[in-house]
Amino acid sequence: MSTGWSLYIAVVSIFNVVACLWLLWWTARQRAPAAPKSGASSGDAPTTGHEWDGIQEFNTPLPKWWLNLFYLTIAFGFVYFALYPALGNYSGTTGWTSAQEHDQQAAQADALIQPLFRAFADKPLEQLTQDAAALRLGRSVFANHCATCHGSDAQGAKGFPNLIDGDWLWGGEPEQVLTSILDGRNGAMPGLEAVIGADKVPAVAVYVQSLAGNKADPQLAAKGKPVFATLCAACHGVDGRGNPALGAPNLTDHVWLHGGDFNSIAHSIRAGRSGQMPAHRELIGVDRARLAAAWILSQQTASAAGQGGR
Amino acid sequence: MAQSLTYNDKIVRQFAVMTVVWGIVGMAVGVLIAAQLYWPALNFDIPWLSYGRLRPLHTNAVVFAFGGSGIFATSYYIVQRTCHVRLFSDRLAAFTFWGWNLVIVLAAITLPLGLTQGKEYAELEWPIDILITLVWVAYGVVFFGTIVKRKIRHIFVANWFFGAFIITIALLHIFNNLALPVTIGKSYSVYTGAVDAMVQWWYGHNAVGFFLTAAFLGMMYYFIPKQAERPIYSYRLSVVHFWALISIYMWAGPHHLQYTALPDWAQSLGMVFSLILLAPSWGGMINGMMTMNGAWDKLRTDPILKFMIVSLSFYGMSTFEGPMMSIKTVNSLSHYTDWTVGHVHSGALGWVAMITVGCIYSLLPRVLNLKSMYSTRLIETHFWLHTLGVVLYIAAMWIAGVMQGLMWRATSEDGSLTYTFVESLKATYPYYLARVGGGVVVLVGMLVMAWNVYKTMAMARDVAPVEIPLRTAAHAGSGALS
Repeated sequence: MSTGWSLYIAVVSIFNVVACLWLLWWTARQRAPAAPKSGASSGDAPTTGHEWDGIQEFNTPLPKWWLNLFYLTIAFGFVYFALYPALGNYSGTTGWTSAQEHDQQAAQADALIQPLFRAFADKPLEQLTQDAAALRLGRSVFANHCATCHGSDAQGAKGFPNLIDGDWLWGGEPEQVLTSILDGRNGAMPGLEAVIGADKVPAVAVYVQSLAGNKADPQLAAKGKPVFATLCAACHGVDGRGNPALGAPNLTDHVWLHGGDFNSIAHSIRAGRSGQMPAHRELIGVDRARLAAAWILSQQTASAAGQGGR
Repeated sequence: MAQSLTYNDKIVRQFAVMTVVWGIVGMAVGVLIAAQLYWPALNFDIPWLSYGRLRPLHTNAVVFAFGGSGIFATSYYIVQRTCHVRLFSDRLAAFTFWGWNLVIVLAAITLPLGLTQGKEYAELEWPIDILITLVWVAYGVVFFGTIVKRKIRHIFVANWFFGAFIITIALLHIFNNLALPVTIGKSYSVYTGAVDAMVQWWYGHNAVGFFLTAAFLGMMYYFIPKQAERPIYSYRLSVVHFWALISIYMWAGPHHLQYTALPDWAQSLGMVFSLILLAPSWGGMINGMMTMNGAWDKLRTDPILKFMIVSLSFYGMSTFEGPMMSIKTVNSLSHYTDWTVGHVHSGALGWVAMITVGCIYSLLPRVLNLKSMYSTRLIETHFWLHTLGVVLYIAAMWIAGVMQGLMWRATSEDGSLTYTFVESLKATYPYYLARVGGGVVVLVGMLVMAWNVYKTMAMARDVAPVEIPLRTAAHAGSGALS
């Protein structure tokens, strides 16, 4: 803000408050009581003599308590103006800013909770998945930072992966899960309508359905197969089992992030899909991310665990 | 008789009836969306009935349709009676009636369709905004034209408030709605980011300050002395609180944006001015309340005065609560919770609705050539229903709001939040139900009013135009301030 604007703000603000002060002083002045002109009834204070449609007005002095309340709030205002940033660029004698208040409070909170998380910093992830205290903390980190998208039971939703079904887009090894949390992931399935041709998309979609063993028209699927082999296999593999290095989903396992019905699959092929897991390294730090990862790994359902950490 | 020798009360009657009609519509929509928060299925999966679209319809209907019609009716009534002249132009006044109601009907169509600027209390799209501007300019011409040709030298205090309100609303409406139209139903604000937010809340808070406060103080300044048959308590108090109120309100908007991207200095400035606003706000309450001195016994028998005095109590409460909530520390608890909703309704249902209802009950017989309303007992019933409903509503929202604020900020020793958002929502459910109950009771009261108004209008047989009194010595005015 330029000095001119800053001055403008300060001058106008202070002028307004001072004008109120002057108005208070001016109206609170004792004046010689006017002679009663047309009092409403005997014994009443004198009125101003004005009358509208039968309505008159007294000119009672300002109530003392009200006047003092007004002065008090104005005094508070001036003190606040001096102490805190309010008048344009003037930063106030306390030097307070909301950003600095936030940083202070965050630092205080961190100092309190860091030791709690530090205790688990050196233990290997596999060990943390067996540690009840670590899992308790991990669960609350998950509830605060992950549950919004993945659900409080970690079972996800359409477009947000289920984290406990044993199916991992980017790999289920402890270090892979931790990397997903810390650095995020960008899942990008390109839209292929232009490449495949709109007329051939249904055949490819039906072939994809057949990969998972779903009922599918074998003739149509056969038409889709060569297209899949040339265009889709690069990421999803010739057998359609996917590639965790690319985040390409396994298409044979009945787990469908964006829906497994014909229309959803056809849409995925035509228009593509994009998924974004944001990086949490700066948001929650490594210690808390490890605890969240441990809790997620501990939640794998029995059947999924049977398949081993793929 | 020549028209210029009588008051134009037709426009007053028209707006008075629409006040009741729009009051019922607006509050019924309010009850529906309050019920949707408890029973989400009540949107019937119809987009037009979804909460997000009906909520702005509710606020527009109660603020601009119900409150606005009440303001038009009373300001047209008061400005004629206190200037001793007929309205400046009957045709322009009729234009404001039909124009304003067209705006409301257009709002009731476009908002459920999802056409919105996305600015709170300024949702209506640009073609409707232009119509509002035209109606408003016509209103200003009628009002100030009447003031200019007045027969009484001094301008009555109610007219100061109406005048300030008309000028300021024009200013707020035009600047907040500056936008680039893209299609007939879509436009983009000319402001961006934090500037847009600041302009919006400069508008939003002064809509409260001038539409919902100054204009209704105008009503209060005429109808309380009239109904109590007592002189106004203090002329000089009205002078000081008028100027302080209208100048300081202008600055208070940033308190809606505490702890946001708005620069710190603007937040602090908004907070300081909000606190200084306490005394000027209370000036109006004192002047209304103390006018009752010597007439308190009338409260026993006159439910219309009860409406007016209780409305002032709610006014005093909300204008204390407002500055308190603007303090950063308090705001960090109250912001985004249902406490804000409770605060708004103690102002809207307690102050605005009660003073409006009281004034309509007081005004209607006078413009129908009757002594009183059809039934004073029904007014009494309405008073108790309304008061009960409002208390139930705002108590529920206060408790819910403070509880939400405390649950959202609660942290466990590991630094994580103790409660998820859904847990706080679950805890709020009983209060949402109580709120529906309060709203229903208020709505029933409004239906009682509608019946009473209908029977009163049916009673009116001979509605002769009211003659303007001839100038007398008492009206000449002496010119001295005291």
